[in-house]
Amino acid sequence: MWKVMIIMLTKRIIPCLDIKNGRTVKGINFLDLRDAGDPVELAELYAKEGADELVFLDISATEEKRKTLAGLVRSVAEKVDIPFTVGGGIASVEDVGILLHNGADKVSVNSSAVKNPGLIDDLAGRFGSQCVVVAVDAKQVNGEWLVHLVGGKVPTDIRLYDWVREVEQRGAGEILFTSMDHDGTKGGFANEALVKISGMVNIPVIASGGAGNMQHFADAFTLGKADAALAASVFHFKEMDIRDLKMFLKELGVVVRM
Amino acid sequence: MNIVIIDYGAGNIQSIRFAIERLGYEAVLTDNAGTIRQADKVIFPGVGEAGSAMRKLRATGIDRVIPELKQPVLGICLGMQLMCKSSEEGRTKGLGIFDVDIVRFSDQVKVPQIGWNQISGLKSPLFEGVKENEFMYLVHSFYAPECSEAIALTRYDVEYASALQKDNFYGVQFHPEKSSTAGARILNNFLKIKPS
Repeated sequence: MWKVMIIMLTKRIIPCLDIKNGRTVKGINFLDLRDAGDPVELAELYAKEGADELVFLDISATEEKRKTLAGLVRSVAEKVDIPFTVGGGIASVEDVGILLHNGADKVSVNSSAVKNPGLIDDLAGRFGSQCVVVAVDAKQVNGEWLVHLVGGKVPTDIRLYDWVREVEQRGAGEILFTSMDHDGTKGGFANEALVKISGMVNIPVIASGGAGNMQHFADAFTLGKADAALAASVFHFKEMDIRDLKMFLKELGVVVRM
Repeated sequence: MNIVIIDYGAGNIQSIRFAIERLGYEAVLTDNAGTIRQADKVIFPGVGEAGSAMRKLRATGIDRVIPELKQPVLGICLGMQLMCKSSEEGRTKGLGIFDVDIVRFSDQVKVPQIGWNQISGLKSPLFEGVKENEFMYLVHSFYAPECSEAIALTRYDVEYASALQKDNFYGVQFHPEKSSTAGARILNNFLKIKPS
């Protein structure tokens, strides 16, 4: 379907923070932070620089995980005045309830939704689609995009394009698509797959994996028709300032919040 | 100042409380009719589905309390929508404070609208010091069409009312608590409104 409309809704820039045991991981190169491992301080800094949203991805695997994450969510919600999503190992309606109650705006589910697709229906029914982000990791196998689990390590036989349609039907509010073929390459986002997904579903699509320079973001929006673009290392290592990126996008005619 | 956030089990209301605390005030979360009536300022939040939210309001009797309030009341997101005559979502009647019916965005646009969009045509003390075309964070599938009670407009699919006012009742479709410094300004303006 060709979408003709007046759209002033801005394209979103979303830094992603990896969290382990309540601390940010991935070497972070911020000289102006008192404590580079403090997710709250980093989140505040990104918000000040003009980030439109934040994603916290919890990669810890301890028994204490749920409690630590809930505490972190609460600290972020107290301090940060832009929306944020929390993901990583969320597998039940109860988990989500705790995170939302502590102030998360959205949650993202990934492997747990592949293993139990009904979870998407349950979450959307209980909390509303607006807070359910379904993260989809995929990579090309013999020319076909297949959904992968556990951060791209475990292949499934689920076809990417079937899965994104299904998650929309089940009530996902947004799709966070990560191309495992592009993630970490800094060679640009998977624009061909993105534009196909974007044309297929009528919910926002967040591009992830491959950001290396400013043009990559522009391409994700113009070629990939993404609604938002997520990146981690280019922001963490100060390779790119969010304000500069938005200025660059604005000059190219991409609608962004300045 | 006695600030009350109506807690009827609808969505993320901690964020509103935290935003008020960032402004240097405290807020009480309650579903108690007496506490709500005695407040200086009432915030009526809401995220989720209109039909089930109205059922929750009716179950607690808050649906009869809100329209009778005389102090400044601010409905946010679904809260604003429930203050209208009706909603297409869940085909439910609303509280009937604002004289407008809530309808759904067409399939010409992605639904829900999620993200930052501009507010313009600002006319209310709520927007004092807020510039025209300021960006606000919105998440919604249904909207209030342009109407005489509109105090801000936003364009998505159509030009619609992103804020409403009638007497002491204010409603905003966007989330001031999630809309950076401009959003904080709007919340602060609301808290500074003198009771009439």
